[in-house]
Amino acid sequence: MTGMGFLGRLRESLTRTKQQLVERLDEVVRRNDEPARRGRPVDIETLDALEEALLSADVGVAATGQIVEAVKGRARGGAGLRQIVKDEIQGILASTASRAPDGQRPRIVLVVGVNGTGKTTTVGKLAKLMRDEGKRPLICAADTFRAAAVEQLEIWAKRAGVDVIRAAPGADPAAVVFDAIASGKAHNRDAVIVDTAGRLHTRVNLMNELEKIRRVAAREIEGAPHEVLLVLDATVGQNGLTQARQFMEVAGVNGIILTKLDGTAKGGIAVAIAHDLKLPIRYAGVGEGIDDLVPFSPVEYVDALFEEKW
Amino acid sequence: MFEALSARLQDVFKSLRGQGRLTEEAVEVALREIRVALLEADVNFKVVKAFIDRIRDRAVDQAVLRSLTPAQQVVKIVRDEMLGLFGATQGGLPPCAKSPRVMLLLGLQGSGKTTTAAKLGTWLAKQGRHSLLVSTDVRRPAAIHQLSVLGQQAGLRVHEPAGELDPVARAGGAVASARNLGFDVVIVDTAGRLHIDEELMIELQAIKDVVDPSDLLYVADAMTGQDAIKSAGEFNRRIGVSGVVLTKMDGDARGGAALSVVAVVGVPIAFIGSGERLPDLEPFHPDRVVSRVLGMGDVLSLVEKAEQAITEEHAERLEEKILQNDFTLDDFRDQLRAIRKMGPLEHILGMLPGMGGLKELRDNVDEKQLGRVEAIIDSMTPKERRRYQIINGSRRKRIARGSGTSVEEVNRLLRQFVQMRKMLKAMGGMAGLSGMGKGRKRLRSLMR
Ligand SMILES: Nc1nc2c(ncn2[C@@H]2O[C@H](COP(=O)(O)OP(=O)(O)OP(=O)(O)O)[C@@H](O)[C@H]2O)c(=O)[nH]1
Ligand SMILES: Nc1nc2c(ncn2[C@@H]2O[C@H](COP(=O)(O)OP(=O)(O)OP(=O)(O)O)[C@@H](O)[C@H]2O)c(=O)[nH]1
Ligand SMILES: [Mg+2]
Ligand SMILES: [Mg+2]
Repeated sequence: MTGMGFLGRLRESLTRTKQQLVERLDEVVRRNDEPARRGRPVDIETLDALEEALLSADVGVAATGQIVEAVKGRARGGAGLRQIVKDEIQGILASTASRAPDGQRPRIVLVVGVNGTGKTTTVGKLAKLMRDEGKRPLICAADTFRAAAVEQLEIWAKRAGVDVIRAAPGADPAAVVFDAIASGKAHNRDAVIVDTAGRLHTRVNLMNELEKIRRVAAREIEGAPHEVLLVLDATVGQNGLTQARQFMEVAGVNGIILTKLDGTAKGGIAVAIAHDLKLPIRYAGVGEGIDDLVPFSPVEYVDALFEEKW
Repeated sequence: MFEALSARLQDVFKSLRGQGRLTEEAVEVALREIRVALLEADVNFKVVKAFIDRIRDRAVDQAVLRSLTPAQQVVKIVRDEMLGLFGATQGGLPPCAKSPRVMLLLGLQGSGKTTTAAKLGTWLAKQGRHSLLVSTDVRRPAAIHQLSVLGQQAGLRVHEPAGELDPVARAGGAVASARNLGFDVVIVDTAGRLHIDEELMIELQAIKDVVDPSDLLYVADAMTGQDAIKSAGEFNRRIGVSGVVLTKMDGDARGGAALSVVAVVGVPIAFIGSGERLPDLEPFHPDRVVSRVLGMGDVLSLVEKAEQAITEEHAERLEEKILQNDFTLDDFRDQLRAIRKMGPLEHILGMLPGMGGLKELRDNVDEKQLGRVEAIIDSMTPKERRRYQIINGSRRKRIARGSGTSVEEVNRLLRQFVQMRKMLKAMGGMAGLSGMGKGRKRLRSLMR
């Protein structure tokens, strides 16, 4: 599957920069692995190094504490420590909700998030991914606010070979969504992917707008929106958790897309989000090209983070 | 002060004092709390470490430990140390004799460069400067178009060489054109790029070489986490950064990354982006960001907004009235209007410590409600507004009809108004609260 692509690209991007912390961890783990130390509890220094690695990846204090505790409880000496840490994080990432089953057509996919995280780009990539799977999606331009947002999306749609339903600037986003669903039904499309305007989760009015879009979709198609994907920038810090919580509550987010993983940030807050909110990461954005979106795999994510480095 | 952290520290010291162990150990426990608070605010963990060491040195001082308020003392040390990081930096732009003054905006993808270009032009226009904008982003779909639209909205001229798709030529052309046309500022927007993207960093260097900028503004997202110093550091090392624009501060991110960038990369913060609209750009004030990192909210911004909405004169008049127990429904309506002028309520609440996250509260004081209250007062006669006591049953019915509300709502409003008057009367002596100018000074001294 596309898994290799993900792993390769992610690993490439992660090794591009010096993983100093991971290297330090590596050293500590190796020392722990010496025969004389086998069978002894993990020492403080190892746990500290692990803690630092997780904190520097934006996993956050609480989730990091839990992971370190779990490791401390399970690990005996260096042998297997690496695997225990990996297992722990993979476990968290895997213990999330599963994808809403395919049902009604067209499948309605809402793409939401704070400003500038990569929603519009991701909508283009997602449409391309669906096309590659032989599906026929439709794109809906529901960002009627930001300057040139629709023009930007239209270029992406063209690249993906997909039609766009658009409205005039300033139009009611929910009305555009209504039109797009109608068109999707009439033309028997497999999915309608909705690009929404970036909004901070603290803006009540703008969040309520998403609620309205949901209502419109639900009225038109049973179970819609089937997927509400929160686009999270991998550079985001602890605010990511607050974002996820708010968007989940108001917009019914049921999955995460982690973008810009081709940079040096690792998006570790997604681990905390998975832990606290059971929200799964569905896709990873690994570049600005149309093919730079890959289905997310927890095993490969953690492997790519740690493999060969420690 | 610093409610969240302060309360936590108070608990720490109280419990330890109870055990008669107010020693260095107490400091260690307190430092752990501070560490968590800073990490949760996205201060880089290396910075946190260095920071904690410095604070430890100062806090172990016996004077602090013996003081009656060790928690406050420690918080004060934290705050001083943080402010110390910023040194004497003031926000805004340093003076510059060059004309045209060229400003280059750079940074990661989606941080807010293009929006900031238009905001900056708007801000400069208020100082009587004439900016020419140019986009060098030939990569992102519709990026050039985005800047054109923003320029149009802002009433700013945008340099648009038809068909020119070379970023360096676009930038150079803009500077030449500014010279010919007499613009005194050129704002150069660039494509978002990763600091590890070799090819694009070389391109950025080439743009810089041709425009010879006076200002290199690194546009950073306030929500950024631990990676902030890596990216900012690399942009600074390769291209050079003269100031940071911290965007999206209108949310509830603590913005600890900013502190880290200043500490590690050593560049000052010039501006804060506080919204998507063109006027939402403000010169940076260190004390605000420090307060925010520590969880006490952006109180000063709030006071400043209030000052803009309520004139000094108005405040004084109001104070007078309150003192004489002469506060009428007219005054009440004026106050309401002033609050609404300060911007969306949710925006205002977001600046208050701890309020941003309180969804319930935000929902309760919703905008529509205020609108209805205003409508009710509007439906009263001037006489009724001056003497609320005359508003009897039949008048209430008429007012409800006129404002499209219900008698219950009218009743509720009157009840609240009477209560408010009582409260104001009780506060009579300290009516200075309504004089925002004084309030502001008081706030400042409280925070020092
Ligand atoms: N390096 C990298 N850049 C990305 C990725 N995804 C998106 N971007 C870039 O991020 C920037 C913002 O992307 P958009 O798609 O416009 O973001 P958005 O969320 O739609 O923005 P708003 O609608 O303004 O809120 C653009 O420069 C994109 O090219 C990714 O996976 N990697
Ligand atoms: N809430 C808020 N949104 C902002 C602020 N500044 C910019 N934005 C939004 O952030 C998003 C990205 O802004 P852009 O100006 O397109 O960012 P950019 O850095 O030019 O993006 P690229 O060119 O793709 O790298 C848009 O939705 C803007 O409206 C701010 O201060 N507050
Ligand atoms: Mg968009
Ligand atoms: Mg841009």
